[in-house]
Amino acid sequence: MIKSMIKSKLFWPIVVLVLILLFNLFFDRGFFSIEVRGGHLVGSLIDILNRGAPLMLISIGMTLVIATKGIDLGVGSVIAMSGAIGAMSVAGAADDSILPLFTAIGLSVGICVLAGAWNGLLVSRVGVQPIVATLILMVAGRGIAQLITGGQITTVYYEPYSYIGGGYLFLLPFSIFIVAAVFAIAMFLTRKTAIGLFIESVGSNPDASRLSGINSKNIILMVYIFSGFCAAIGGLILSSNVASADGNNAGLWYELDAILAVVIGGTSLMGGRFFLMGTLVGALIIQSLTTTIYSVGVPTEYNLVVKAIVVLIVCLLQSPEFRKRLTGAFGSKKGVKSTKDKGVTLS
Amino acid sequence: MKKLNLDYKQLPLIATIILFIIMYAFGSFRYTGFFSSQVFLNLFIDNAFLIIVAVGMTFVILSGGIDLSVGSVIALTSMIAASLIMNAGLSPWIVIPICLLTGTLIGMGQGALIQYFNLQPFIVTLAGMFLARGLAYVISVETIAINHPFFSYMASGRIPIWGDNFISPSVIIAFVVVVIAVFVAHFTKYGRNVYAIGGNEQSALLMGLPVARTKVMIYTVSGFCASLSGLVFTFYMLSGYGLHANGLELDTIAAVVIGGTLLTGGSGYVAGSVVGVMILGIIQTVIVFEGTLSSWWTKIAIGALLLLFIVLQRVIVIRSKTKKGIISQH
Amino acid sequence: MQNQTPRLAMEGIVKEFPGVKALSDVNFQLFPGEVHALMGENGAGKSTLIKVLTGVYSIDGGTVTLEGNPIHVNSPLEAQELGISTVYQEVNLCTNLSVVENIFIGRQIMKKGRIDWKEMNRQADELLKRLNLNIDVTKLLSSYSVAMQQMIAIARALNVQAKVLILDEPTSSLDRDEVNQLFDVIRNLQKEGLAIVFVSHFLDQIYEISNRITVLRNGEWIGEYMTKDLPRLELVEKMIGKELNELTSISKGKGDEVQTEKRESFMEVENLSKTGNIQPFNLDIHEGEIVGLAGLLGSGRTELARLLFGADKPDTGEIKIKGVKKQLNSPKQAIANRIAFCSEDRKAEGIIPELTIRENMILAMQGTKGWFRFIPKKKQIEIADEYVELLNINPPNPEQLIKNLSGGNQQKVMLARWLITNPELLILDEPTRGIDIGAKTEIMKLMVSLSEKGMSILFVSSELDEVLRTCDKIAVLRDRKKVSEISNKDHKTQHDIMKEMAGGM
Repeated sequence: MIKSMIKSKLFWPIVVLVLILLFNLFFDRGFFSIEVRGGHLVGSLIDILNRGAPLMLISIGMTLVIATKGIDLGVGSVIAMSGAIGAMSVAGAADDSILPLFTAIGLSVGICVLAGAWNGLLVSRVGVQPIVATLILMVAGRGIAQLITGGQITTVYYEPYSYIGGGYLFLLPFSIFIVAAVFAIAMFLTRKTAIGLFIESVGSNPDASRLSGINSKNIILMVYIFSGFCAAIGGLILSSNVASADGNNAGLWYELDAILAVVIGGTSLMGGRFFLMGTLVGALIIQSLTTTIYSVGVPTEYNLVVKAIVVLIVCLLQSPEFRKRLTGAFGSKKGVKSTKDKGVTLS
Repeated sequence: MKKLNLDYKQLPLIATIILFIIMYAFGSFRYTGFFSSQVFLNLFIDNAFLIIVAVGMTFVILSGGIDLSVGSVIALTSMIAASLIMNAGLSPWIVIPICLLTGTLIGMGQGALIQYFNLQPFIVTLAGMFLARGLAYVISVETIAINHPFFSYMASGRIPIWGDNFISPSVIIAFVVVVIAVFVAHFTKYGRNVYAIGGNEQSALLMGLPVARTKVMIYTVSGFCASLSGLVFTFYMLSGYGLHANGLELDTIAAVVIGGTLLTGGSGYVAGSVVGVMILGIIQTVIVFEGTLSSWWTKIAIGALLLLFIVLQRVIVIRSKTKKGIISQH
Repeated sequence: MQNQTPRLAMEGIVKEFPGVKALSDVNFQLFPGEVHALMGENGAGKSTLIKVLTGVYSIDGGTVTLEGNPIHVNSPLEAQELGISTVYQEVNLCTNLSVVENIFIGRQIMKKGRIDWKEMNRQADELLKRLNLNIDVTKLLSSYSVAMQQMIAIARALNVQAKVLILDEPTSSLDRDEVNQLFDVIRNLQKEGLAIVFVSHFLDQIYEISNRITVLRNGEWIGEYMTKDLPRLELVEKMIGKELNELTSISKGKGDEVQTEKRESFMEVENLSKTGNIQPFNLDIHEGEIVGLAGLLGSGRTELARLLFGADKPDTGEIKIKGVKKQLNSPKQAIANRIAFCSEDRKAEGIIPELTIRENMILAMQGTKGWFRFIPKKKQIEIADEYVELLNINPPNPEQLIKNLSGGNQQKVMLARWLITNPELLILDEPTRGIDIGAKTEIMKLMVSLSEKGMSILFVSSELDEVLRTCDKIAVLRDRKKVSEISNKDHKTQHDIMKEMAGGM
């Protein structure tokens, strides 16, 4: 039964994704074609994967945060910080040395992990609501990013830096491998260790989890750190893509897109069960929407409007109240839940 | 009796006022020309729009909700106003009601979605944020400068107060909004219902309060305030632009929180939010006077203040919880 | 009284939830100036009946008449407007508002378009004086005790022209003095001719305050009786619907007490205390011993248990486990010392609603293993299957979400969670609360058999007969203090324990 539920959680997002892609085919017969050009695979689908990489990364981190009944509004600012640190630390580096690249990655990831830890500590140790705690970094982080770049858009002339977001490996964009690696790490940690179970239990009932001997504080700290990590890498990819750092605009709205991807993927904002695969599909839906809007020739201005409508539709579809109003036929299915009513009288 | 009421819940507000005084004193000692009544009045002139939108947000946060759409609604309002005035050549007396109605309807729609489909305010107003900004872009991606006598008057009109000191018409609007809001919050059923819902929505429902109507109303009012603020902002900028007021929702929330309203709802004051706006204003003024400081320090300072107040709120909540704990252990 | 027309009459009430008939053909009548007790075990349909009456639930069949007029109540607000007011078990007021506001909100006194605070303060003062309460009405509700909040809730209910007052378990968090105070208020209101519905689990209180009793069982109407004509035993039989004898068969063989004395001590507690929660106490728990913790609600039972589990941090005292001094500062440490704790608040502190039965079961065990020593799924399934069968959990599908289970089955899953950790001391805080009689018996049988295998059990319960039937030793608490320890060797009766619990008798 659970398996079929997970299936159904993934089912609709995939249907939506396929529909969006098919819609593109309608306008552009060559949409699905992929060809090898200059040693790279080129095509719209590859392009969606490549451009969607930062969002997928950030959404993976966000999924775990949301599963603990939290939210990380700071990711957009962390992206800006990461890009700023990365770009600034390779500024003026010579192309022939690869060392500055690793310094940049190390510094970015290190500092953003600290930023994540800061959020995690505020939430788990000080006990501030997640939406509030991460709001601080959302506001201040962008200021810090601008502080690092001196308020300028800093351009990077160091070639190896561009490889992170623009390089190719085995015909495919390197960023896809980064996503695959981070996704694999997340899957391993949550499904092959007890961390996944603990995240779901902390998100579903923190008090009961503590009384069952689970250190929920460390779990919460961990997910925010992981979210910071994901945002750091996403930020590096974004900054590397454009070979520059923009403290003001880099990663703008990413927290919202990431939350949207998580929700589309079937993870509830109320915490508990999470679906990493669903999140990936959700992120791809958002990216293909954007791509579609560009390729179909709709003015890009409509992008935000379309996103808004998608958010609303997805949320409405997940709302039990809406479903109830939509069809009375679903009522019989709810019969199982009658035990819930009983639970009220029993306790 | 009054003394007893002055308990720990008012601590944030008191802290805010003290902070404002300290910052003002700091500025006055450090910079020549800071301690002038016009600099003080400029705080109101420059932040009239923020005061108005913070008033609407105060009710939302008091009820335990959040409204992320306000910045975008301001942008949308400015675009509608600019395009209708400049491109369609309509009279301000038609344009202004249309603008206000747009914001109000967006707010009402959000409120209805939140209430009737039990969606999270956060996510609904997030969609509202996308929608409003998107619509602003749909009208035009370019800035539309406004050149109209009424708007020019509203922008540059000076209402003398004493001596050479003056305020702008917008300040009057903001002042009226604040007075009405204070009255509504403390002397009307609607206002008290907002506090009750923020305190305990379930209880409010069982006490027979019109929770649904009130909640829709809260977001409607916030939408109205945002569009009114959008008009004032348009007077101030004399242009419509889709990127106007970008990230303003954060400033607004920060002002409300710094003004002493608990983000969990149920406790806070409209007047506090006004002081909160003043603090944001004074930070900017200090940065302007300092000259060498860059604008991003504003963000970092606001972030630091947010941290301070959020931790303060947290301490208060913990204190009141331990207090309650002792009570229940009779 | 019988000849009067009832103020409120409900006839043939039917309420169905998908798959469940919560009320079938239930009758209820209420006369002016009487206190009418609504009795029934958990799940009998009391709450449902009240929710139907107050418009929280819609009605599927039957009629409701108020003073002879048929009424249709669609919302709590409508019920209030009709004069039907309810005070719930959990105080449903807003603690962030002042007392006066809590009394008046929704129907504030208006003057010239604004709220007339002065007049409201005056009237609130008056209203509370009628209930013999003299408090500052302008202070926040949160500055008063739960009992006081309860009274304020009643004041609010009276503020409307109340014809019917429903008190839904109003006494469950009050101490004896506060109950007396409440009953004085109820008697006053009764004299004024108000019709009062009283729901409570405390038999003593029912017999003290009510004139008439209606009994429900499994959503069915069993009967209506005058309180003075219905002996307690008969009432209990009507509520439970089966002979009480079944329980007695659990009794532990009383012959092996001598052995108990010889058994090794598992835990020695000396001078443990936490300010405001429990005064310093000593307690010895031997291996294979069932120790009962008796005391009224709020006497400090749960607080004591929580200290032993490290759920709260003690201020003074020390705990020795098998003679070695231990620090128990967190549940994690307690579990590492093979202590388990089944909380009384299953919903808030027990189940993880979004997880399956299997995941709920292995949670504590996985907790001891940490993040990286994950119990393989195959092993998890084995364990879950084993305990589903052992504890007779229904539905017998470990992949079912626990939130879909009945209270009794959730409780069994909680037991399984702790049994899997193979504890040496199992603390059970009200494990039989809110579950049906069959599950109660099963749980108590299990306790006895576990103790026979050497597990120590600390059994917290407000059901004295359960304590007497199972425990070797009973510690009695009163007013957050351990007042005595009774060995259950001789034929102790509920009366003996109650004397200790009440004190000064």
